[in-house]
Amino acid sequence: MSSEDLGFLWALLVNGASIGLMYALIALGFVLVYKATDAINFAQGEFVMLASFAAALALGIGGMPVIAAVLLAVALMIGFSFGLERVVLRPLLGRPVVAVIMATIGLAAMLRGLPPITIGGETRALPLPVGDEPVRLGAASLPPIQVVGAIVAVLFFVAFTWFFKKSRMGVAMRAVADNQQVAMAMGINVERYFALAWAMAGIVSALGGVLWGSMLGVDVHVAVIGLKVFPVVILGGLDSIGGALVGGLIIGIVESLAAGYLDPYVGGGTKDFAPYLLMILVLMFRPYGIFGKRKIERV
Amino acid sequence: MLSLNNIEVVYDGVILVLKGVSVQVREGEITTILGANGAGKTTTLKAISGVLRSERGEVTKGSIEFGGKRIDGLRAFDVTRLGLVQVFEGRRVFEHLTTEENLIAGGHTQREPRRVRERIGMVYDYFPRLKERRDQQSGYLSGGEQQMLAIGRALMSDPKVVLLDEPSLGLAPMLVEEIFANVQKLVKEEKLTVLLVEQNATLALEIARHGYVMENGRIVLEGDAEKLRSNSDIKEFYLGLNEVGGRTSYRDVKHYRRRKRWLS
Repeated sequence: MSSEDLGFLWALLVNGASIGLMYALIALGFVLVYKATDAINFAQGEFVMLASFAAALALGIGGMPVIAAVLLAVALMIGFSFGLERVVLRPLLGRPVVAVIMATIGLAAMLRGLPPITIGGETRALPLPVGDEPVRLGAASLPPIQVVGAIVAVLFFVAFTWFFKKSRMGVAMRAVADNQQVAMAMGINVERYFALAWAMAGIVSALGGVLWGSMLGVDVHVAVIGLKVFPVVILGGLDSIGGALVGGLIIGIVESLAAGYLDPYVGGGTKDFAPYLLMILVLMFRPYGIFGKRKIERV
Repeated sequence: MLSLNNIEVVYDGVILVLKGVSVQVREGEITTILGANGAGKTTTLKAISGVLRSERGEVTKGSIEFGGKRIDGLRAFDVTRLGLVQVFEGRRVFEHLTTEENLIAGGHTQREPRRVRERIGMVYDYFPRLKERRDQQSGYLSGGEQQMLAIGRALMSDPKVVLLDEPSLGLAPMLVEEIFANVQKLVKEEKLTVLLVEQNATLALEIARHGYVMENGRIVLEGDAEKLRSNSDIKEFYLGLNEVGGRTSYRDVKHYRRRKRWLS
């Protein structure tokens, strides 16, 4: 392998990893909700889209400073997911899982329809003050926004890992995930923790939305990232935070390698194909993912 | 301390499970409810602790009072906050949490972190084996250790009353004795009040002061543990002894044994 080839590989790896961290961040929102409440949120991508719209409008039309726009997006998403849990999902508690799935799919479709109806379908810019100078890492160079995204994602993972391992609230939340009835009998207000999980998913989606929207430009296509969430969480395990991180990295890198090496031969499109192929393979051989909870059976 | 006054429990709005149950639990004592499978013992405990509602059950008649306060209709976590906690049948530890994390979750109602540490220390004093396993995932503990953990977890909230649901289930006799001895010690040293549901009548009547016998959702017999032990029906049906006091062989029992009904 020549040094040029190695450089190309390195560039693909670095680029894939940084995009993968973004996938991981957005998948984290999905995992938090699933872990605590057992609800499968098919509208995760649309959450991200909604946040990116909020930030873009606040910046563009509202003329707010960036920080204020980001905070507005975060506050809006917390409120939105809070309200969603209260109004839509809590009444579905104890109903078949399909009810929740259908509700979130319906919600996703509605959310995607919202921007064209209200403010028009054109793409809006969401410029963040991070400069244009690419950041060089050896042979690879990354747009600064990707570097910021990667750093934010890592920070979030560190914070959430600490929260679930070390804080009493985090331990209580895992207890709720393990057994709701017993958790309730231990004096844990289960519904409050459901709401908390959704709020946390809201925060993650908001940050993801601002970053992703800034990379892509804000329109309904931002929601497509929701489709990447599924291979990531299936790979990592639906209820594992570390799994979301590793799954995100793997999917990001696989995608990037496929695009770099296979696309020239088949003319493109392997980028969207490879993650799902991987997902199906994982489902066949390791259905609970790399880090997912296995049912504990004692013999 | 805790009293059930003629309560009725209905599941799903139609199935009448408890048909007027009255139980008095006195402070600082172990009170036991005996009975066969499906008699309504566990339902009684769930009615008290409030988890009934998450199973679509409801107390439709009568009242449950705890320390002079009505607690039927309260949500489970509010009942726990008042100082009454249930230890479930079949342990039900938080499998994916470590031993110590289980205890931390059990101490959720404690305001101060310092108190949580203190209680963990106390639980480890009573059950030293848990301390050895503190960082192990609790799903992989042995049955006996899980039962100790379930009891220890309940103690974390500093309860006045503990509802113990079949702590002997599926455990080796030696372990059962160890656990029962610990429960007795807790009652004595921590001024705990215990309502114990058991199928193992011999053991339960040994440590309890007062006992009730349930059948088909009704209390059919009650009295001092002493008296129940010598009651001929109890002897025959729960302790496996005949009138003379010797052990009945299973061969003799089989021929005439059918469900004894005290009522109806």
